[in-house]
Amino acid sequence: MIKNARAPLVQSERWNDYFLLTFEAPGIAREARPGQFLMIKVSPEPYPLLRRPLSIHGRSGDAVEVFFKVAGSGTEILSRKKPGETADILGPLGRGYRLDGDLRGKKAWCVGGGRGIAPLNFLAEELRALGAEVRIFYGGRSVEDLPLRDKFEKRGFPAVCSTDDGTFGFHGFVTDLLEKEGGAAKPDSLYVCGPDAMMEAVAKLSRVWGVPAEFSLESLMGCGIGACWGCVKRIKKEGSEGWVKICEDGPVFARDEIVWPGDVP
Amino acid sequence: MTDLSVDLGFVKLKNPVLAASGTFGYGREFAPFLDLDKLGGFVAKGLYYDPREGNPPPRLVETASGLINAIGLQGVGVEAFAEKVLPGLRDFDTALIVNVCGAGEEEYVRVIEYLDEKPGIAAYELNISCPNVKKEGLCPALSPEWTHSLVRRAKKASRRPVITKLSPNVTDIVEIALAAEEAGTDGISLINTVLAMAVDVETRRPKLANVFGGLSGPAVKPIALRMVYQVATRVKVPVIGIGGIMSGTDALEFLIAGARAVQVGTANFVDPEAAARIVAEMRAFGESRRIEKIEDVIGTIRI
Repeated sequence: MIKNARAPLVQSERWNDYFLLTFEAPGIAREARPGQFLMIKVSPEPYPLLRRPLSIHGRSGDAVEVFFKVAGSGTEILSRKKPGETADILGPLGRGYRLDGDLRGKKAWCVGGGRGIAPLNFLAEELRALGAEVRIFYGGRSVEDLPLRDKFEKRGFPAVCSTDDGTFGFHGFVTDLLEKEGGAAKPDSLYVCGPDAMMEAVAKLSRVWGVPAEFSLESLMGCGIGACWGCVKRIKKEGSEGWVKICEDGPVFARDEIVWPGDVP
Repeated sequence: MTDLSVDLGFVKLKNPVLAASGTFGYGREFAPFLDLDKLGGFVAKGLYYDPREGNPPPRLVETASGLINAIGLQGVGVEAFAEKVLPGLRDFDTALIVNVCGAGEEEYVRVIEYLDEKPGIAAYELNISCPNVKKEGLCPALSPEWTHSLVRRAKKASRRPVITKLSPNVTDIVEIALAAEEAGTDGISLINTVLAMAVDVETRRPKLANVFGGLSGPAVKPIALRMVYQVATRVKVPVIGIGGIMSGTDALEFLIAGARAVQVGTANFVDPEAAARIVAEMRAFGESRRIEKIEDVIGTIRI
């Protein structure tokens, strides 16, 4: 992991509240793995005080991308950055998607809800490079929540979209779409990031299908490097269950490592 | 060259900057970012005798220039600390202070007796002031009698120096500090976090699962400084200042107010290099003002 205190913003794209920022950070770009994240200090001021955790959306050459929805003062300040301005970036952090074994010809489905699509672009690129047949399932409340749908198409990823309100693609939850699409031929593996309820629904479906699935979890973080113990989730580890730091042991976990709210104890 | 070393009586530090307990993990987490040997020392995360699960999330909330935490002292316990953490710290040339916790007086004593057998520890810091363990922030540091009794037992059990970490959530900080001193503490560190809460207006629920938490960061620095000044002018044992230190000048304010050393806490989360940067800033200040020894600055406040 590297601290780049002055990573220049090279490009900023905007769709309403959604932003895709590209920072030049060669060391971080070189080390980055899909599913890892960055801790970004949006301003040198003491307010907002803490860095903001954002997953790595993509990498191209010396640059890393982050994709986020403005959700508070930190992301709001970050969204106003202009090309040439800098941010203080720490990363890459955490443990990403496992990508074990021979993935050639394997059906790898990436399932993202809303801003949860963020890490799946980088992952999809990597899966494709490893020879997997990648499909992206992209769900949102409304068509405005699917800003990356054209980008996926341009990059040659078949993206199957859903909206809760029916304004684009399949009318319903992305999990319903997934279930429908899997009816004919199930995938070999699932890679998921999105709201808690959506991830739990995919976890259930993957269990029924008997397909392995990995999930990228989200939390407020104090430090991102395992020091503050603020970002814990209920995880099964080494035979016992406890509060595990997702910055260090995650943010990506296999389905059966996660204690889901609906699990019967 | 300004001599940054400070003598706390029971231990000599190469400089007055320590990393604070609960913000520096067990030290190794920061090795990729800074040279631990550049610090005066660090205080390891609070240890109970047994591993401890901590509070359910959400455990953190950011507020204006501050952070409220309710971690609940999740930790590995003394055995794992001695077996897995201590050996890895042997190669570092910096003072290791272990923050000691307990559910009751007995447990503090058990932790100290266990660790007393292990090498490589410069001192203990008695955590009598964590607001996140019992309901409504209840802890020994809220009462002079409770503080006195606990410090006395810990001192009796320990063959190492004992620092007592005080809570700001009291009416009269001097009364508590004097009780700790009378019970034989070798040093006093303050302040622990300020009992606090935050509310989500949509759900109307507290933003922390624990309801209350401890506020830290720049928001609490003026309160910490006032308390350090009050205590340092009344006790003879060395005082270690803690609270919102983000820069070398922040640290110097505490020294001028009477602290012999400082602890850097929340700043470590914001910038993992913070503690080392603060040492460098303090050195630069000393050199530009032709200060021979940083000890000459301690307690020089002009009132």
